[in-house]
Amino acid sequence: MSLTIHDLRKRSSSYLPGSAACPGCGATIAFRIASRVLGPNTVYVIPACCSSIIQSPYPRSAFSAPVLNFAFAAAAAAASGVYRAYKFQGRDVNVVVWAGDGGTVDIGIQALSGAAERGEDIIYICYDNEAYMNTGIQRSGATPRGAVTKTTPTGKREMPKDMPMIVAAHGVPYVATASVGYPFDLANKLEKAKKIRGFKYIHILSPCPPGWDFPVEKTVELGKLAVDTYFWPLYEIENGKLRITIKPRRRPIKDFLAMQGRFVSLKDEDIEELEKRIMEKWNFLLQLEGLERIF
Amino acid sequence: MAEGEWNIITGNHAAALAAKLARVNVVAAYPITPQTTVVEYLASFIESGYMNAEYIRVESEHSAMAAVIGAAAAGARTFTATSSQGLVYMSEVLHWAAGSRAPVGMAVINRALGPPWNIHVDHQDSMSQRDTGWMQIYVSSNQEVLDTILMMYKVAEHPDVMLPFMVCLDAFVLSHTFMPVNVPRQEDVDEFLPPFRPAWILDPSDPISFGSLVLPDEEYQEMRWSIDLSMKKALEVIEDVAEEFHEKFGRYHGAAIMKYRMSDAEYVILTSATLASEAEVAVDMMRDEGISVGLLKLRSFRPFPHRDIKESLQGRKGVVVIDRSISFSSGGPIGTEVRSSLYDVSGAPPVVDYISGLGGRDLTYNDVIAMFKDAVGRIAAGRVRKPYYWYKLKPEYQRIELAEEVII
Amino acid sequence: MGFEVPIVIPVSKPRKGSSGETGLWRVERPVINESKCIKCWLCWLYCPEEVISEGENGFPVIDLSYCKGCGVCADVCPAKAIEMVREYG
Repeated sequence: MSLTIHDLRKRSSSYLPGSAACPGCGATIAFRIASRVLGPNTVYVIPACCSSIIQSPYPRSAFSAPVLNFAFAAAAAAASGVYRAYKFQGRDVNVVVWAGDGGTVDIGIQALSGAAERGEDIIYICYDNEAYMNTGIQRSGATPRGAVTKTTPTGKREMPKDMPMIVAAHGVPYVATASVGYPFDLANKLEKAKKIRGFKYIHILSPCPPGWDFPVEKTVELGKLAVDTYFWPLYEIENGKLRITIKPRRRPIKDFLAMQGRFVSLKDEDIEELEKRIMEKWNFLLQLEGLERIF
Repeated sequence: MAEGEWNIITGNHAAALAAKLARVNVVAAYPITPQTTVVEYLASFIESGYMNAEYIRVESEHSAMAAVIGAAAAGARTFTATSSQGLVYMSEVLHWAAGSRAPVGMAVINRALGPPWNIHVDHQDSMSQRDTGWMQIYVSSNQEVLDTILMMYKVAEHPDVMLPFMVCLDAFVLSHTFMPVNVPRQEDVDEFLPPFRPAWILDPSDPISFGSLVLPDEEYQEMRWSIDLSMKKALEVIEDVAEEFHEKFGRYHGAAIMKYRMSDAEYVILTSATLASEAEVAVDMMRDEGISVGLLKLRSFRPFPHRDIKESLQGRKGVVVIDRSISFSSGGPIGTEVRSSLYDVSGAPPVVDYISGLGGRDLTYNDVIAMFKDAVGRIAAGRVRKPYYWYKLKPEYQRIELAEEVII
Repeated sequence: MGFEVPIVIPVSKPRKGSSGETGLWRVERPVINESKCIKCWLCWLYCPEEVISEGENGFPVIDLSYCKGCGVCADVCPAKAIEMVREYG
């Protein structure tokens, strides 16, 4: 029951053209696909992030679904409240957090963790452009090692947090990674998540042309290359059972890194080390695939 | 505990009962001493079926406030409770609630701020949030806790108001002290308090985006002005609702202020919360001595009742304010604002502002009398030399406080 | 108090072109060569601005009022049917 392009063409998204987004924005590609699958009976809670601004200034909105813009740290908590109010009223509405990586893995992690542990029946979607892009490209806990940002001018030293695994460790019914380079994989995962009761988490890689420093037309190509180099494995964890959803024939990581100016400070030995880490992670996932339940 | 009857209950129990009677739909709960029993009662009410509401066991106070704002945005009447560190932790989202025009209800058990840890009463927590756009009512009895929460839902949800409110009750003195409370019956409260009609709502059938970017030339300033205007309008609504409550339930606690033996008083003691109850006793005792004194109990600190203050204090010989919080180097919040309110009034009396009772330092009617007599002495001798005086510090520190050289 | 009390709130309404005619941002514009187009609709799928729709003749058509000229459509087209042409003036 995989969604096809014809299925998607029949549905409307909640994105209206003429937004404030940068040309080639990965986040809007993600939002167009996500909102298409989620449908019009959806309310979005959006903390401070690029999408706060993409909506355009008052009094107009580029999003045709109800949006509650909220304080940076508290999207998951506000969404919990929205959901519980609808529950009290006996209304069935998709309550979705649409948050950037900063508002998810850093400042928003506490509220997210609380909502996950409580099992609030919401979908938390993190569209990850791997830095605080809205404020002008500063590093976040999701920024990959080696990436140049305004607060890591010679490249980030630390590895990023593995947020999907952190959420999975809360024992929630559904966690998935996705990429704008594999839109059908993303659509299928959201379609599945919509039908599950409990806390669902989708983490979408959203390449950012100004932030990652690449030509604006390459957004989708990079989203695909990230997966094909195993930099961004696509998997889902359903009731604790992990399944890698796309197993591409691997391309060398330097193909991915070379396309982006943010990795220009990486030396050959750094790239080798990164490739080693990627393979270790991939093998780890393969092993997890063999288990009945990982969390 | 039975509705429609007298019960001997704590202030926290009264607050929880008020939330139940107000038919809140969503409660966010995070514990902090001495608020904890409020949320514990609510949990047992809901689990036993006595109360019908969603109960969100959030992971922090910041999230507690976020959750109730989210719920209000979807059309729910909401309630939470906190104290001290919890209140200041949620400060960012307090501003958010007012800016969202979400009439969220909250019981604040006034407790001192750390460091160091102190679980006893003072008003620094709620006073420090006076600029958030929240209404703040300070109460002096458990009956007043219950009644005021019910009244304030009606005030907050008035179409001209639409602002969140906190009912402030003193740590342990009210929260954990048993007092007789007449608990109204659900059907009577239902007649008094109609269902919540929000100013805006999240609804897929009529999509809106709330709270996105507003540029300087658009209506940001007007949105702030609107909060201010609504707060001022709330003074009128507080009075109307207090009248209505009086008629329906037979109890009247005052509106924005409550006057006690003021009509012919030469001097006025002005204070709030449980100190006002102590001051009532002090007034009676001093009246017996022939001193012409009355009490102005400040219930509503926000909205600040400028007109009531001016009218009640004009022409008096002196006003003695007792603040249970401090705005460092400026003065007590109440004293400072009272003085400011009286500045343009001809015949404005001298105002002597005392800071005391911080961290739960016990204050009784004897202390009120002592402060009063100190103030009257200073006024008579022209020795009101500082905008505010700390009172009842330990002797080695009080000596420094009173040394006339220490003047700002 | 006989005055009106408006509740002024930051409520925005959905609207196409919320940031204006974003087509004016463009430096290059996509041109679809219908003879090469295989109607796979991947351009529509990936367009970040949702400006591609089905034209009357069944081929994709681009709303140039809002197209920001990013070139993603040209980059993903498997038939290389879209060319990015420099805007002048």
